[in-house]
Amino acid sequence: MAIVEMQKVSICAPRRNRKVLLKSLQSLGVMEVHESDIEADGLERMDTQSARIRFDKSADTLEDALKKLSVYAPSKGGSLFPEKEVVTRKRYDGIVDEAAGILDKASDLVRIAKDIDESKAGIIRKQAAQASLEPWKRLNVPLNYRGTKATGFVAGTFAGMDDVATLYALLTKGMDDPAPVDVTVLDQSQELTYAAIVYHLSVKETLEANLREAGFARPSSNFGEGKVPAQAIEDLKAECEALAKRVEDDKKEIQTFSDLRDDFRIASDYYRARSERYQLLGTILQSKSMFFLEGWVEAEKADALIAYVEDKYEALAEKEEAKEGEEPPTRLSNRPFLRITEPVLESYGLPTHGRFDPTSIMTFFYIIFFGMMLSDAGYGLVMSVVCAIVLMKHKNLQSGIKNLLSLFFWCGLTTMFWGAMFGGFFGNAVDTIAKTFFGYAGDTIVKPLWFDPMSNPMYLLMWCMLFGVIHLFTGLGIKGYELLRDHDFVGFVSDVLDWFLFLVGLILLLLPTDIFASIVGMQFSLPAWVSQVAKWITIIGMVVIILMGGRDKKNWALRIALGAYDLYGVSGWLSDVLSYSRLLALGLATGVIASVVNMLCAMIAGIGGLIGVILFVVVFLLGHLMNMAINLLGAYVHTNRLQFVEFFGKFYDAGGKAFAPFGANFKYIEIREEN
Amino acid sequence: MSLGMALALLGAALATALAGSGSAWGVGIAGQAAAGVVAEDPDQFAKVLILQLLPGTQGIYGLLITFVVLSRIGVLGGTPVASTEQGLMYLFACLPIAIAGLISAYHQGRTSVASIGVVAKDPDQFGRAMLFPAMVETYAILSLLVSILAVVNI
Repeated sequence: MAIVEMQKVSICAPRRNRKVLLKSLQSLGVMEVHESDIEADGLERMDTQSARIRFDKSADTLEDALKKLSVYAPSKGGSLFPEKEVVTRKRYDGIVDEAAGILDKASDLVRIAKDIDESKAGIIRKQAAQASLEPWKRLNVPLNYRGTKATGFVAGTFAGMDDVATLYALLTKGMDDPAPVDVTVLDQSQELTYAAIVYHLSVKETLEANLREAGFARPSSNFGEGKVPAQAIEDLKAECEALAKRVEDDKKEIQTFSDLRDDFRIASDYYRARSERYQLLGTILQSKSMFFLEGWVEAEKADALIAYVEDKYEALAEKEEAKEGEEPPTRLSNRPFLRITEPVLESYGLPTHGRFDPTSIMTFFYIIFFGMMLSDAGYGLVMSVVCAIVLMKHKNLQSGIKNLLSLFFWCGLTTMFWGAMFGGFFGNAVDTIAKTFFGYAGDTIVKPLWFDPMSNPMYLLMWCMLFGVIHLFTGLGIKGYELLRDHDFVGFVSDVLDWFLFLVGLILLLLPTDIFASIVGMQFSLPAWVSQVAKWITIIGMVVIILMGGRDKKNWALRIALGAYDLYGVSGWLSDVLSYSRLLALGLATGVIASVVNMLCAMIAGIGGLIGVILFVVVFLLGHLMNMAINLLGAYVHTNRLQFVEFFGKFYDAGGKAFAPFGANFKYIEIREEN
Repeated sequence: MSLGMALALLGAALATALAGSGSAWGVGIAGQAAAGVVAEDPDQFAKVLILQLLPGTQGIYGLLITFVVLSRIGVLGGTPVASTEQGLMYLFACLPIAIAGLISAYHQGRTSVASIGVVAKDPDQFGRAMLFPAMVETYAILSLLVSILAVVNI
């Protein structure tokens, strides 16, 4: 339930030690280094740009190789939950020594993959060429054939689908009969007529004029490569086959690299880490013989770090006061169960130092509200079991995913609790099965421990709003706690206490009224003195709000006006409380849709026999899976909303920056140190 | 079949038909945006899928009301509608989720599209981006609640 205390530390060490020192800082991963702004003569920053780009490029090549490898030689047993591979220090160092060789292999692989791409492009190109030659297949001379001594030859296309006679008439216009022209139509398709024309050279000019007029188009000069079309098609086919074989060979060759997958990963992480180190190296100040760096360390680790660098790298390290305007980064630290909602808080935004970390309180509300919204014991069971299995099978999950799974594990448990309270186990599955298959006709078997929300939704609605009031008052209470802790008593009285009094008084006044009774169907009778007290605390609260709401204004008229406007905030409270009706609505949605699924199952099973049973099972599984998925999503989104909007709205503003220590942010591996 | 029965059925049909159409509309436009993001960055699939599904709940709410009505008017149980007035009551009780479901699902879909844009630019903002469509859904939930309370108390 806290934000970790941070300590600023500055280190000054001999320049010759800077690379080793950075390297051990990186593997320790405890310090967030930031640029120091000391200004003095003789201090400079090193240009590490080119080295960094080189390492990044190496890492990119390895990534590229891994991507290609996963395309052409996919690894078996890919997991939905990516885990980091544990690598011993010895193996890591071994890979680092051979990194250059591994990089060469990766480049080879990338080159081969590129060759595959080019070959594939070539195949497509050649197939297109083949298709465009297809209409000319009946021609037994090359397309660029120009004729004999006495005759001319030309092949080309006319627009339209005219027949030979029409074309002949068009082309022989203005010639003596019989004209020395022969037209052969080779093919007609898609409004194009492919034709070959032989003519006597004596009519060349007239013919060419006629051709122009008829819209005759010659193919480009190297079309068909000077071969007879049928032969050109054959050749292209052969070339395509050769390329296809080449693709196959390349693929086989890539598959021989699949043993290197792990090496590629480790080397990629190595180069990436090295690049990050050089990036940092470029930001630190150094003189001829010394270098300086400063940054944030968790306060309790500061002494150990200082001792370590002073002892090992002849450095001078000391704690420093944070400068004006410097905000230490935030890292949350909560007990195991309570920290499961840390990712939820992170997704909203971290608190700044000196503020209250609401994670642990939120955890309780979160899992209870989630359970109410999903509220089906069966779904909760499935959720918890699945999360537990994944958590047990995968030990090295990323901490974000791990936290989320633990969160859902607990949410599953509360879902089971509420499911039992409301009598939902896969909807009314037990009763449906008993009635459908065993002819059971008695009373309901699975009875709710508390009550069936569908039979009295108004009653549950009231409970939801009560939970809402508790949630909201907790939020207001946290604000009060922060104000008291900072000794802002005026703020506490005028922003927190008066609202408590006003709202509690209002609720107590509202409860015994007839309107409330007619809505809920229940009569609250409070002793007369309670009503008296309620009346007075409401009035006191109201007066304080009016007087203090605009207390930063000097002008009393304006101050009262602002205070009165502040009082209007009660409508905000009303809408906040009404917002908790989603607990009821989403809970009902799960239960009712689940019973729709069960009813469908029962109808289908009505056809009888083994097929009926099988269909029952199939529809049951699919239906409940869908219902569970969509309601799980709804419960997740709306629980978040209740925390973010209603709860946080009362006291919380994010603005903290996450603590990001300089470390080896390995993508694939985790190094295990051996002793 | 009496007129009352027909009116009650009309209400039940409208609840699913209108709210379902709204959801189809909303999920549809959000899906187009989601597919665009996945084409560029397949790693964002799970996140944009969740955002796409958000406007899908109105259809479920409509189905819920339809089912509750059908199980009360003698189609799937309960007693047949006695009078035209009672039929009209069922019809009116169904209108909140039918109308607000249709309109809120469409607008939730458009908000989802915007949120998908946020996730495409910065996947870390998923937690906040998810909140914007959820705000729209509040009004579908309120109308669902009104419809349930009305139907159950007829």
